[in-house]
Amino acid sequence: MPLVKQGRLAEDAWTTVDDEARLPATGAVIVPLSRWRSQRDALLARGGGLGVRLDSDQRAEDIAPDLAHLQLIALNFPTFRDGRAYSTARLLRERYGFGGEIRAVGNVLRDQFLFMHRCGIDAFEVADDRAVAAWQEALEEFSVFYQPAADRRVSASRLRQSRKAAE
Amino acid sequence: MYRYDEFDHTFVHERVAQFRGQVNRRLSGELSEEEFRPLRLMNGLYLQLHAYMLRVAVPYGTLSSRQMRMLAHIARRYDKGYAHFTTRQNIQYNWPALSDVADILHDLASVEMHALQTSGNCIRNVTADQYAGAAADEIEDPRIHAEVIRQWSSLHPEFSFLPRKFKIAVTGAPNDRAAVKVHDIGLRMLRGPSGEAGFEVMVGGGQGRTPMIAKTIREFLPKQHLISYLEAILRVYNLLGRRDNIYKARIKILVHEVGAEVFRDMVEDEWALIKGTPVELPPGEMERIRTYFAPPAFEALADLAPEFDRRRLVDPVFAAWTRTNLFEHRQPGYAIVNVSLKPEGGVPGDAEADQMDGIADLADRYSFGEIRVTHEQNLTLPHVRKTDLYALWQALQSLGLATANIGTVTDIIACPGLDYCSLANARSIPIAQQISQRFADMDRVHNIGELKIKISGCINACGHHHVGHIGILGVDKKGEEFYQITLGGDATETAAIGDIIGPAFPYDGVADAVETIVDTYVALRQNGERFVDTYRRLGGEPFKEKLYAAR
Repeated sequence: MPLVKQGRLAEDAWTTVDDEARLPATGAVIVPLSRWRSQRDALLARGGGLGVRLDSDQRAEDIAPDLAHLQLIALNFPTFRDGRAYSTARLLRERYGFGGEIRAVGNVLRDQFLFMHRCGIDAFEVADDRAVAAWQEALEEFSVFYQPAADRRVSASRLRQSRKAAE
Repeated sequence: MYRYDEFDHTFVHERVAQFRGQVNRRLSGELSEEEFRPLRLMNGLYLQLHAYMLRVAVPYGTLSSRQMRMLAHIARRYDKGYAHFTTRQNIQYNWPALSDVADILHDLASVEMHALQTSGNCIRNVTADQYAGAAADEIEDPRIHAEVIRQWSSLHPEFSFLPRKFKIAVTGAPNDRAAVKVHDIGLRMLRGPSGEAGFEVMVGGGQGRTPMIAKTIREFLPKQHLISYLEAILRVYNLLGRRDNIYKARIKILVHEVGAEVFRDMVEDEWALIKGTPVELPPGEMERIRTYFAPPAFEALADLAPEFDRRRLVDPVFAAWTRTNLFEHRQPGYAIVNVSLKPEGGVPGDAEADQMDGIADLADRYSFGEIRVTHEQNLTLPHVRKTDLYALWQALQSLGLATANIGTVTDIIACPGLDYCSLANARSIPIAQQISQRFADMDRVHNIGELKIKISGCINACGHHHVGHIGILGVDKKGEEFYQITLGGDATETAAIGDIIGPAFPYDGVADAVETIVDTYVALRQNGERFVDTYRRLGGEPFKEKLYAAR
């Protein structure tokens, strides 16, 4: 599936494996949380990039102690209506200071890109190329934001107050 | 009133442009109806039985005369010349064309209004006491904090795909006129240990198929921490609220299942980590918003208004209206005026475009241009000089808006029901009309006194039947409309869920049943007690006996 990063179609260097599939000999892999837990030592010994996929009912706390070993967290949106991963993404960024890639996978739609980006998600696995073109457009639909979140966008209330202080 | 600055204007215009794009993608076929559905719902656009319905937000029920004129204009230009005020202090248009909706939103934006988050599984338009800034019992104007919440919740990136819709209500006074205990979060202003204003925080109230009274999870929250505390509640709910069953997805079920104390501990643990961080408002912002809600330029008046008293003596119809439709104002010489949208036989909450324009003119002339929408589906002119009341009342009479029935048996809340709504099982509006006509005798209405009838056309309870003194719920029994009656509900600070009195009544039997209940009360009441007091004293038995004796 196409991968969007920083507004562009990106080469996906990662292989996603489930609990049973054989690990590729080399190269970066994304494994489910369960596999990380059961094969932790083998995965660490393997070298190459390591990422863990969280389902929407798995929490940031479940992986927080291990983040230093990981370069990527994939957050699954089983349906766009399931908004749990927005909280998980913010917690990974803001509470646990995760600086690697946070990738949205699953039902990832154009009209959710901006919300996801604001919560700290920086890679988007999308269904088709149409969404690639729409990515930048979706992110530029708004220039005013009412809440601080996990991104660098400054809230309207903070801009008002800093402007007032500058007067 | 709050006025948009450049940020607010830009935001709403960007939202209109975004929605116009979404509508265009739908009209071009790029989006299927299924894909478009959640997008239109984020903007208050429903597909009902006969047409689209657009629900426009009236944040915390406050309107300027200019905004009211725009609402009238929209009713005329894009709809059938009328609109419907709802129990969420919003306004609904029942017949807009999809291709017009972006233009309607554009027109709304020109008067600083929108339809944002009036539907969908997000934080809905925040509601508040309709007497904010005017009531004598108020500690602090709840609109300041409601506006803070409005901004914070607008397109919140973390909380736009919650398990279910989420409603927050704020009251600034000990007397609860905003039904805060039947909201997902209820905020009641009070004074803390050192006299500063803050909130009692209640969580998990709601109506629908599982009615619950909200539990207090924090006795006192200093107001500067409001946003971090709300964010903590919403985060716990977003992560733990049930998503497996739409009927168990509201926060009330989570609070009920884990227990209020466990829920409180989870919120407090989360809050401890974000309290005092930049999620809260920067210093100065609350004060900036507060300045918009400074009191209008009241005149220094004597509280006694001899001309007003004289008119009351000579005109009994006016006198009756002053007894039911006025509320005490904090400022000497002023009154709060309630404008009933419940004329005899009318559709509760409906207003014609000409009436809306008329109200706007009267607001300009007599109430500093301010209008409120109440959750009981009436309008309020919050700041009227007592010496102007007679002239105002005469003008309201000529608009057909002087019905003297606020808080009485004919001041009925009713959802749109099966006449419009695709969720409904039964009609609500004609039931309200029948009861209204049954109690057409105003002397009788006034003799009965305070009595709140609330009608819902289905279990979703948009008509608040659970908290009606008399609640009426429409149900479908094998294709036939039946109505279940509950007694003893209460939406105020003494909130209670009504008790089902017995088997349901057929469509043609509801007005009779209500009349039987009312007559039973009148025969049994003592010392001027209200219906709900009599019910609490005697319970349901005497009513049950009269209702079902003949069966």
